[in-house]
Amino acid sequence: MNGPFDFTLSLADDALIAAQRLAEWTTRAPEMEEDIALANIALDQLGAARLLLSYAGELEGAGRDEDALAYLRDDREFRNVLLVELPNDDFAVTMAKLFFLAAYQLPLYTALAGCADERLAAIGAKARKESAYHLDHGALWVKRLGDGTEESHRRMQAAVDQVWPYTHELFVADPAAPVDPATLRPAFDEVVGPVLAEATLTQPGGAWAPAGGRAGVHTEHLAYLLAEMQVLHRAHPGAKW
Amino acid sequence: MSERSEQAKQPGMTSHSPLWEVFVRARRGLSHTHVGSLHAPDAELALRNARDLYTRRQEGVSIWVVPAGAITASSPDEKDAFFDPAADKVYRHPTFYEVPDGVAHL
Amino acid sequence: MYGNDFSAPNGATDEASGGLLGEVEAAEAELRAAAARGRRGGPAPDEDLAAYFAEVVDAEQKIEPRDWMPDAYRRTLIRQIAQHAHSEIIGMQPEGNWISRAPSLKRKAILLAKVQDEAGHGLYLYAAAETLGISRDELVQLLLDGRQKYSSIFNYPTLSWADVGAIGWLVDGAAIVNQVPLCRCSYGPYARAMIRVCKEESFHQRQGYEILHTLAHGTPAQQAMAQDSVDRWWYPSLAMFGPPDGDSTHSAQSMAWKIKRFSNDDLRQRFVDMCVQQAEILGLRIPDADLRWNDERQAYDYTQPDYDELMQVISGDGPCNRERMAHRRAAHADGAWVREAAAAYAAKRAGQKETVAA
Repeated sequence: MNGPFDFTLSLADDALIAAQRLAEWTTRAPEMEEDIALANIALDQLGAARLLLSYAGELEGAGRDEDALAYLRDDREFRNVLLVELPNDDFAVTMAKLFFLAAYQLPLYTALAGCADERLAAIGAKARKESAYHLDHGALWVKRLGDGTEESHRRMQAAVDQVWPYTHELFVADPAAPVDPATLRPAFDEVVGPVLAEATLTQPGGAWAPAGGRAGVHTEHLAYLLAEMQVLHRAHPGAKW
Repeated sequence: MSERSEQAKQPGMTSHSPLWEVFVRARRGLSHTHVGSLHAPDAELALRNARDLYTRRQEGVSIWVVPAGAITASSPDEKDAFFDPAADKVYRHPTFYEVPDGVAHL
Repeated sequence: MYGNDFSAPNGATDEASGGLLGEVEAAEAELRAAAARGRRGGPAPDEDLAAYFAEVVDAEQKIEPRDWMPDAYRRTLIRQIAQHAHSEIIGMQPEGNWISRAPSLKRKAILLAKVQDEAGHGLYLYAAAETLGISRDELVQLLLDGRQKYSSIFNYPTLSWADVGAIGWLVDGAAIVNQVPLCRCSYGPYARAMIRVCKEESFHQRQGYEILHTLAHGTPAQQAMAQDSVDRWWYPSLAMFGPPDGDSTHSAQSMAWKIKRFSNDDLRQRFVDMCVQQAEILGLRIPDADLRWNDERQAYDYTQPDYDELMQVISGDGPCNRERMAHRRAAHADGAWVREAAAAYAAKRAGQKETVAA
């Protein structure tokens, strides 16, 4: 990756695409209380995305604001990890994605809060509190589903197996970045291992580590997500909303 | 049962998700106040649900959740017996006492 | 249908919902004042309970969950509060339909927060209904079985982004006119829930109005979108106040019990009178050629909505009834294994605790 613009954009895209996916649960959650909780987390991610996109736009200096960056880039220009664009699937898959993402974002934002770039530090300081809550929520459900009924255990294990390979991309080294993702892996492992164990789940092995998101090479899912997200904005070029 | 009707047969208790009464301390220095109820399978989730449902607009600094079934309430029929005896204990209130003129800080 | 009630008809020229919000605060103050007036305790052992109940209601005091109340009062409240709760939950769907496509990130955040609020309002109201001795599970089942209704308005489709604006302005506007008087309902838990709901809803109507205002001052395509939306939502919004007074079944008794305080037609009139000037500022046309000021009545004459259509929608044959119910049923069914897992986990933990305690 090159410079603070790419780095900021990659974090922004993670948050934006995660928000878009989480918001898909609205009116569909397993319990009405959970509908509210998922919307809260989606709002946190969306809020972080907006701050990061705005800052990325400033760093770029080409006059692009948060909406230009969100609505007028094509999938090859998005820098998010593949994990966040994966479809929601069932509630177990969504919780696996949420849990793993939060276990990465919490140490990331914590480290960011102490970085030299003041703007990024301020965003990190705000977002890390939110991430701590997302991690708590994800862990809480991973435990309940893992150690709930036979069916929920089967689904949760399948979800962890399905999503796990995508976690490796989160920690691909980037020594030049304000926070090198490779340094976050120990904190991630420290949180994830015990929760999976308590949830009576097996941590998957396997060497498959799909990646490419940071370079703009995505799964087939992202283009559909963007088509829906961007359709109205693009249908009215230059309009104010 | 706290806010439940006497006709209620432990509402929600038979389902997956029992009922919890929620109390929120709005600000430091105030006591926890009953704000409503919600359903959750256990205390941990009840607390989180309460945070999302009753403090979306920064309404609180502290939350209690109590299983609705764990609350024993007085009945309205007992109200006189329960509360009237306190009515004649005026000496519990500071205005009962005559303070001589000129006494400060009392 | 929402509660169909209303407060003092003196705010016809209120700016947006500002005056209505004032009424919510007045209702809250009234609730406190009534509490402060105090009363003797419960009825004496040999006292006529019905007379005692009537005395409490007449004195503008609140009936509380464990008080004696007539069965019909209890049933009326359960039906009305449940319908109101169901309306909040089903009402998330038409607007939720546009979260993924909201045309700016700011609008996306606002809409998501708004739809989330509606879930919260549904839960406040289910909780109020539960104080009457029925469980939320039972109420949800009544909805899923089609044995309890929700507001007919949510059976109309949201076809464009402008519909999100029209729902905020017209549907939430009508709902607020309906709901503000419910803050003074004689049943304490319902009144308190409505105060909370109305306070939180103050932003909903304004965000809708702002969306329409932006569109109406935007490109020709946006203006057309906004006008089309108002054309489609105007009459269904008028129909939200229910059938004309002559045909309204539950009104008289609900008025006597102070559950309901104003008639359907009074509320509808108030809503029309509020909207006319707001539409002018938007620069959008209310689709009623006969809409004009009546100096004698000091109110606008307007064309009534099509009540046959209303009855048709209520009976299940609106454009989206089937979709809305299928969506709700699917969410409930798909979530069953999650709810069972959480219950099983809780049971295991409770078992472990008991073992430790023993």
